[in-house]
Amino acid sequence: MSATGVILRRELGNYFSTPVAYVFIVIFLVLSGVFTFYLGGFYERGQADLQPFFTFHPWLYLFLIPALSMRLWAEERKAGTIELLMTLPVTIGEAVLGKFLAAWLFTGIALALTFPVWITVNYLGDPDNPVILLSYLGSFLMAGAYLAVGACISASTRNQVIAFVIAFVVCLVFVLAGFPMVMDVFQGWAPQALINAISGMSFLGHFEAITRGVIDLRDLIFFLSFIGCWLLANAIVVEIAKSD
Amino acid sequence: MLCCRQARKAPAAGPGFRAQDNKNSRCHGQTLRQPSMTGTTTETHPAIEVASLGKDFGAFTAVSDVSFQVRSGEVLGFLGPNGAGKSTTMKMITGFLSPTRGRIRVAGFDVAREPLEVKRRIGYLPEGAPAYGDMTAAAFLDFIARIRGYRGREKRERVATAIARANLGSVVHKAIETLSKGFKRRVGLAQAILHDPPILVMDEPTDGLDPNQKHEVRSLIREMARDKAILISTHILEEVDAICDRAIIIAHGALRFDGTPRRLAEMSALHNAVTISFEGEVPVAAEACLRGLNEVAEVVSGAGASHLTVLPANGASIVRQVTHLARDEGWQIEELFVETGQLDEVFRRITTRTGSAQGGVDR
Repeated sequence: MSATGVILRRELGNYFSTPVAYVFIVIFLVLSGVFTFYLGGFYERGQADLQPFFTFHPWLYLFLIPALSMRLWAEERKAGTIELLMTLPVTIGEAVLGKFLAAWLFTGIALALTFPVWITVNYLGDPDNPVILLSYLGSFLMAGAYLAVGACISASTRNQVIAFVIAFVVCLVFVLAGFPMVMDVFQGWAPQALINAISGMSFLGHFEAITRGVIDLRDLIFFLSFIGCWLLANAIVVEIAKSD
Repeated sequence: MLCCRQARKAPAAGPGFRAQDNKNSRCHGQTLRQPSMTGTTTETHPAIEVASLGKDFGAFTAVSDVSFQVRSGEVLGFLGPNGAGKSTTMKMITGFLSPTRGRIRVAGFDVAREPLEVKRRIGYLPEGAPAYGDMTAAAFLDFIARIRGYRGREKRERVATAIARANLGSVVHKAIETLSKGFKRRVGLAQAILHDPPILVMDEPTDGLDPNQKHEVRSLIREMARDKAILISTHILEEVDAICDRAIIIAHGALRFDGTPRRLAEMSALHNAVTISFEGEVPVAAEACLRGLNEVAEVVSGAGASHLTVLPANGASIVRQVTHLARDEGWQIEELFVETGQLDEVFRRITTRTGSAQGGVDR
């Protein structure tokens, strides 16, 4: 597994050696602040919690995370470095995991840098800190789910813009799963079991359950297994796509 | 020169294998250094063993049926026109692509079954020497060393040695994407030789380099040839003559030639031909006289009015007869020389010929 660590290190170093890391972190922090205090009405609500902060995470991630994941594999394929990487003594699984973990760790860093919001709410009132911690965990898991989708789609193309757009659309489907926009497509012809399964895939549903402070193992397992499935698909796509 | 390099046969990787002097080793009789990475078997395998290899991309057959071997201590030139399947074959040997048909063994390991064992023993320079452009050469080589399992002092030494051997000194702290083509290629070379692999596979290592850079890369390859098996693809024929002990030619996905570069030159119609350059005009009767000689197939006027080229029948040596004739006839000759044969002419003939008849298979 040490190869995973080496790849993780390189990928993470890559984020910070280019402006990507700084642009991403600054935009993430600014937007989450704007959403929390203006759109979310943090002060007006008069409640000591971070509900307005977390509510907007699924929407922030929707376009920020595909921007982070789009280069993971598409860039390797475009530059031909995938041939180098795949002829080093590394398994596809190690490479997929290393790249994913690097991106996930990076979003974790960005998320951790929102700590002033947490300090603010603790200064202003007496919030339920375990719920906030759980919400952070939920947000982190959800970011992983977005990333796993984005990484898999990035492996299927050598064009980063295409990787971004498709990852955005696929993530949007999962955010809105369970809402009429997505469900109407399936209603009427798909079997009820499939419809139930799709509505059960909703990021929003699982994330909101976690941020309410209800610890339901199923929500955590959902995100983890969702990540696992997409990473498996990622490995398969890399294997198939590398030959062209 | 060719025979000397050929004689330096090193044993294939294997612990317990006693290095032995090769009988033919006229130039280098010293005991041979054992490759640093060793296999797990004690038998001596060919370093690379390709058997009836084939690869299809959908309905397109990139490689139809290719078999060859590379031994340790040998530099094998892999020739063929663009799109002949050279790169595809190399990608299969290095484990990047999986073959549709056939089998590949590297240092005794089956590439399909034990890809990691194979990848540990191969240094590979892919076509165009891809590297992570945003990294500095030093950081990139550090990454390669880590992923190959080196840590601490050994890692630093490996990186330093690779930098020194590839002559990267002055640019190690520059981002690879800012480097010139020649330096990028050297970064790729440094990456491939970092772990001192017993087997090196290089896809067009000198493509696009200027003559000085080509010379440097070739010297480096020659230097490393002693204890490694090296497979080099190229479409530059002079390169084969310059660095390879043996050459194989593929065209349309199939093997067309397997032999020494000398054997390849011998297949040329110009092999052993004699070119005469007269002082002034070519004597009127000269052409007819030369045609009259035994073993002369054809006489053609060469470049300029004062040149004649005498082509022998079946590559026979005719220089003696030609000089005797010239002396007897009292021709004023400025220069007379024997052609060695033109590789590109042979190459063209071999690679454009239809059918799969193998010419000059010489193993």
